[in-house]
Formats: sequence, C-alpha cells, structure tokens
Amino acid sequence: MSTVDVQMPVSEVRSGPGFMALFRIEMLLALRKRADIANPLLFFVTVLALLPLGVGPEPELLAKMAPGMIWVMALLATMLSQESLFRGDFEDGTLEQLTLLPQPLYFAVLAKSLVHWIATGLPLALLSPLLALMLNLPVDGYVCLLVSLLLGTASLSLIGAIGAALTVALRRPGLLLALIVMPLYVPVLIFGTGAVQAAIDGYAYSAQLAILAALLAAAAALAPLAAAGAIRISLDN
Amino acid sequence: MAWQWFHRLGSPRWFYQKTEAWLPWLALVSVVLLAVGSAWGLGFAPEDAKQGNSYRIIFIHVPAAFLALAGYYIMAISGAIGLIWKMKLSFAVMRAAAPIGAVLTFISLFTGAVWGKPTWGAYWVWDARITSMLILLFLYVGVMALSHAVSREQVADKASALLALVGTVNIPIIYKSVDWWFTLHQPATIRLTESSSIDPSMFYPLLTMIIGFYCMYAWTLLTHTRTLLLKREMRTKWVQEELAGGR
Repeated sequence: MSTVDVQMPVSEVRSGPGFMALFRIEMLLALRKRADIANPLLFFVTVLALLPLGVGPEPELLAKMAPGMIWVMALLATMLSQESLFRGDFEDGTLEQLTLLPQPLYFAVLAKSLVHWIATGLPLALLSPLLALMLNLPVDGYVCLLVSLLLGTASLSLIGAIGAALTVALRRPGLLLALIVMPLYVPVLIFGTGAVQAAIDGYAYSAQLAILAALLAAAAALAPLAAAGAIRISLDN
Repeated sequence: MAWQWFHRLGSPRWFYQKTEAWLPWLALVSVVLLAVGSAWGLGFAPEDAKQGNSYRIIFIHVPAAFLALAGYYIMAISGAIGLIWKMKLSFAVMRAAAPIGAVLTFISLFTGAVWGKPTWGAYWVWDARITSMLILLFLYVGVMALSHAVSREQVADKASALLALVGTVNIPIIYKSVDWWFTLHQPATIRLTESSSIDPSMFYPLLTMIIGFYCMYAWTLLTHTRTLLLKREMRTKWVQEELAGGR
C-alpha cells in the first residue's frame, strides 16, 4: 500500500466496514502492478514446460505426473509470490499504521490474503486446464483439478501469510520462508492431488474436495489470526 | 499460594538451582532403564515369528518416534506458555526442545530405514508415516532456522513459538497417518484403551525402553535448558555467582 492512498481509507475504516476499504485499496494496487500478477503465472508455465524436457515427452508418463506436478508448481508459485506480501508495507511503515487501526489486524491480513489469491491463485487455477491439456491429463480430471486448485490455492494464500509475516523483518527471507511454509502446505497438497487422482481413476472425489473446503474454512478463521500475531512480533524487531 | 510454584518456575534462577539436584537421579534412572531395556530387548526377548531378529530395532525405533512427536508438543506448549505468560524460562525450554526433537526424529527415520530394508526390501518408501515423519523433521528445522535467523532474542523467541504452535496442526495428521492411509507401515500395535497386539514378552522390554527414553529426554532437555539459561542470563548477578561458586 503506498502512502498516498492511506488518507482515504482511514476515515472510511472508522465510519464503516474497514475490511471492504482495505480490500479495495489492495485490489487497486494489485491491478496497477500487473507484472506482479503475471510473474507467478509465467513461472508456473515456464517450469511446467521444463518438465517434458526433463523427464521425456511420453504422453503416458506425463499424464501420470500431471496432477502432482501442477499442484507442486502451484505451491511454489504461491509461495514465491508471497514473499513480498507485507514487505512494501513494512518498509514504508504502513504495516505499523495498520496495527493502529480501530479494527483487528485480522481483517487487514484477510484482505491482503484475499487479494493475493485473486492475483495469483485464481488465474493459476483458471489456467490449469490448459496446462492439463498440454501434459496430457485424462479429461476426467479437469473439473476436479480446477475446483481443487480454486479451493486449495486460497488456503495456500492464507497459510503462506503466516510465513510472510514471520519473516517480514528479515533481510533475505526467501529460503527460510520456503522452509517454514512448505511443511504447512502438506495437507492441502495431499488432499488436492488425492482428489485429482481419484477423479482420473474414476472414483468419487467429493470427500477430498470437502476436506479441502474444510481446510480452507479453518485457514480463513485461524491463519489471519496467527499472521496478525506474527506481524506484531515482527514489528517489535 | 497454590500458584506460587508456577510463578517460581518462571524464574530462571530458581529453576537452575532447583533442577541441579534432579539431574544425577534422572541420569541414573535413564541409564539403568536403557541398559536393562536394551539388554532385555536385544538379548532375551524372543525372536519374531515373521521378521526374525530384524524386529529388534523397534526397541530404539518406537521410543524415538514416540518422543519425536511428544517432543513437538513439549516445544509447542512451552512456546505457548511463553507467549501467554511471557515467561523467559519457557522460551528457553522451547528453544532447547527443538534440536533434541529434531535429532530424535532423525533417529526414528534412520532406524526405520534400516528396518525397512530387510522387511520391505527398500530403505526408503514414500509411505504415509515415513513421509509425515519427514515433514515433522522439516517442522523442527523450520523452528530452529527461524530462531537463528532473527537477531533479537526476544523477537526470535516469540516468532519461533508462534511457528511451533502453527505447526501443531500437522501433528494429529502424523499420528493418525497409519490409520487413515492404508499403506506399507503397520498400524499402531500399542494401544492404551484396548489390549495391545504385541506379545508381553516383547512388550515389557519395549515399555522399559520407552520409559528410559522419556527419562533420557527429560535429562537432556533439563541440561540443555540450563545451559541456555546460563548463556541468556550471562549478565545477571546470579549466573556470575553461580559460575564463581562452582569453581
């Protein structure tokens, strides 16, 4: 959030729904920095293009690896784009201002995570059928892949916010962030790939999607709380 | 008055002086239990009908795995106590528990790999329990890495305590992984509520080893915490008196 925008929302925050105000600013900022939206997608596509070059272009082999590879790349793309989630705000002092707002920091983190998901997870999920086609994923898996990525990447954005908040005060958080966040991503990965695999094999996959939705609900309720706590700790530094 | 011990426990000095007397006893009990347990388990317990002698590694593998998981709770709970009551001591316990837990996780992974070769024909299998134990190792390493990356000690304490707490969501998944995903790993053989599916002649030495490992864990944790306390409270009067008096 740039300093110019701060004047406008604070009055709005006091008077009304602060979450919407923060969400609007973050959305506006995301739309103005289009490169930040494009980069994770390009990363996602580029690395997936390397896969057939690395393991060989046999369609059967690619089809077998497709769900896992798409999911792992989604994990990496989300995590890499998350490093800067709070960085700009931390450096120009906005983050400190946000902690002073007359509303819980929870909503600020939730708004930021939501915008992060709209900017990375959502386009990534929407792009996934195309990549699935290129990797020769069986057609039965398409709908499930799309839905599981929609649900799963939202959880990833929320969980990753905790790692981003914990490492915001560090000078070079990159690898540490990966070390912290990746183990927490594991349940989402297990159920996401499990759902797609079940769909390909012709089984019912609603149970896995239900668990992904439950993980998302839990992440939306708890992860911003943890991230807000982490921000307050990091600001002490 | 009932809470006095709790407040006292928060004082590093009281803790340091109080635990001094416990250490030799803990050391004695754990050495005796581990010696008796391993001699009993390795030498006298009967051979397994299916696995022959290779099963004997459970006398190390199972206690280490137990404590790797329990150690995570100890780390996370002491971190939570530190965050809530702002106790210096419990942060020290948390920091001390992280490397011990990581080592125990590594031991259980390593012995599991050694055991896996004769029984499953492979050192490493991507089975639910093994994979989730590997995740546990990453959780420990993450907490340690974060605590070393942050330069100010108080901030590092709080940040790693928060991360340890967040990581607890994965622990039930690790616990139940063998029951939820039917893979290579055998389901739990020791149960508290129902009768165990392990023969008493193997169970008693195993139990001895488990209790021995718990004592050894307490001993190591106390020693490590005491060292950390001395380092952290370096500038206080009691540490200087302690170090001068000991010589």
